Amino acid sequence: MATVTEDPARRPPGALRRLGRSEHATGWALASPGVILIGIFGLLPVLLSLKLSFQKSDLLTPETPWVGTANYRKLFNDPVFAAAIEHTLIFTALFVPGTMLVGLLVAVAMNRSIRFISVYRTAAYVTMAVSTISEGIIFLWLTDKDYGLVNSALNAVGISSQPFLSSTSQALYVIVAMTIWGWTGFAVIIYLAALQGVPVELHEAAAIDGASPFTRFRTITVPLLSPASLFLVVWLTINALQLFDEVYLTTRGGPLRATTVIVYYLWDQAFVQFQAGYAAAMAYVLFVVILIITAIQFRISRRYVHYS
Amino acid sequence: MTPPVGASTATDAVRPSDDESGLEADQPERRRLRLPFSPWHLVLIPIAFILIIPLLWMLITSLLTPSEANQFPPVIIPRELRFQNYPDAFTTAPFGKFLLNSTIVTLVVVVSNLVVCSLAGYAFARMRFWGRSALFLALMATLMVPFQVTMIPVFLIVKWFGDNVWSFMGINHLGALMLPNLATAFGIFFLRQFFQTVPVELEEAARVDGTSRIGVLFKILLPLSLPAMSTLAALTILTSWNDFLWPLIVVTSQDQMTVPLGLSYFQGAHTTDWPLLMAGNVMSLLPMLVVFVVAQRYFVQSVAATGLKG
Repeated sequence: MATVTEDPARRPPGALRRLGRSEHATGWALASPGVILIGIFGLLPVLLSLKLSFQKSDLLTPETPWVGTANYRKLFNDPVFAAAIEHTLIFTALFVPGTMLVGLLVAVAMNRSIRFISVYRTAAYVTMAVSTISEGIIFLWLTDKDYGLVNSALNAVGISSQPFLSSTSQALYVIVAMTIWGWTGFAVIIYLAALQGVPVELHEAAAIDGASPFTRFRTITVPLLSPASLFLVVWLTINALQLFDEVYLTTRGGPLRATTVIVYYLWDQAFVQFQAGYAAAMAYVLFVVILIITAIQFRISRRYVHYS
Repeated sequence: MTPPVGASTATDAVRPSDDESGLEADQPERRRLRLPFSPWHLVLIPIAFILIIPLLWMLITSLLTPSEANQFPPVIIPRELRFQNYPDAFTTAPFGKFLLNSTIVTLVVVVSNLVVCSLAGYAFARMRFWGRSALFLALMATLMVPFQVTMIPVFLIVKWFGDNVWSFMGINHLGALMLPNLATAFGIFFLRQFFQTVPVELEEAARVDGTSRIGVLFKILLPLSLPAMSTLAALTILTSWNDFLWPLIVVTSQDQMTVPLGLSYFQGAHTTDWPLLMAGNVMSLLPMLVVFVVAQRYFVQSVAATGLKG
């Protein structure tokens, strides 16, 4: 509000004040399409899903009887769910560090400005553009037990052909390898961007003091990469816990449920077995697990992550 | 793995062959090979090659004859290039329809996101209105919720829209593929962050001249936000095109399928005809590969930005 004593040159008369009242209306008008859309398809479903988890529903008939906590109790006694959790956790424990390691090594190799570096980098990034389905088909073929390239390479070095995706013991690990490949591009981008933020002077100073390249890497580069590492750990874990596409395409959760992960079981229950209430309960448990694990990761990060 | 890999990176990037920096002081001169090119090429070429082997193998297989494909050890260099696999794949499954559906859905989703998210992003960035913070917080909270929690109710909501509003929006129609993705909390967040980096003085100067709020958005902010918009567009194109789970849930007939879904059905129908499958796979992959290579800069920026914000 302009006062009489204010310098009129500094406070433009009327123009800003006039918008004061209509700013609320304009603000709401501009924000409402987005808010309404996300409200309907983002917020409302969260509540509906919670309600659904206390009901029995097959998604087709309108009758959805209330069953209280029956779905949740059934979850804790479900051996398939327990196995799904185990498979998901094994997958996550291998996938996350694996992708970070591969991404870091490749990023470090690519963090230089020699000729053709952009070609090399594109080759590294390009896995990001490959859809999970394409990836699944390629690896089904690569690891084919009779005609696959991987088996022929193994034979060439004297190892017998492996069943890979047809084996209950190997299938999950093949999926780990496949998804690491798919996510390498993403990890390389993150680490490359972070590496380029490491000041050259720090390395120079340490080198003058006689530190070996390996020591320099360990004591300068790695700590300065820790914010990027934290982001990757959190983001990759969240995605790993939600693994679905690759499992659907390659093994449909088999063989003999060896690769059934949480979301696969969830989808199967909801859209194939018509147990939507049960699936909703499962989804909420997954949600809580993701929140808890993410919170733990952030808590641990306080000790190890350095922000410059 | 050579030890100097990590530590010398920063210096190599700036001074590849400079010897005066004193860094080489503790390393004997005779270790430096005199090559006409950087030795790193010898490391990077194999790495790049290994990373794209799966894609190369897909390409080679797509040009094999079925008998060649069923040989073991596999044929690495095909005797003849069987391009016929591609037209065959195109006629065996309606790839043209898959590509068309994906294009329509992705186009609508990207345009909608750019429009809706910039309006909302601007409102949250620059305008004061009642409930702004609470609303923004609620929107951001949705980012924490995994899709699996919301997918079942969204299925029911979309079904309701299809039954009661417009069938195009309903189950097994392209509208259902578009509807839940017309705006994303991520898009609003991303653009809000960006708009906040634009100096307020620019807007104020314009408003002093009498430009309305919306005018400021169109005449000042949008022209400046081309990089951010391109980045959001690139990311949205990729996620929309490659989306699988939602189309799997919602689409039940082949003529409504998007590329990933169509491809998975194609694979299910021709599980052992690998050359045909790979031809279909190449056709499905090509659009996104082209988009990616052309817009690589924006993809890299968007991923790096989200990663470094922490």
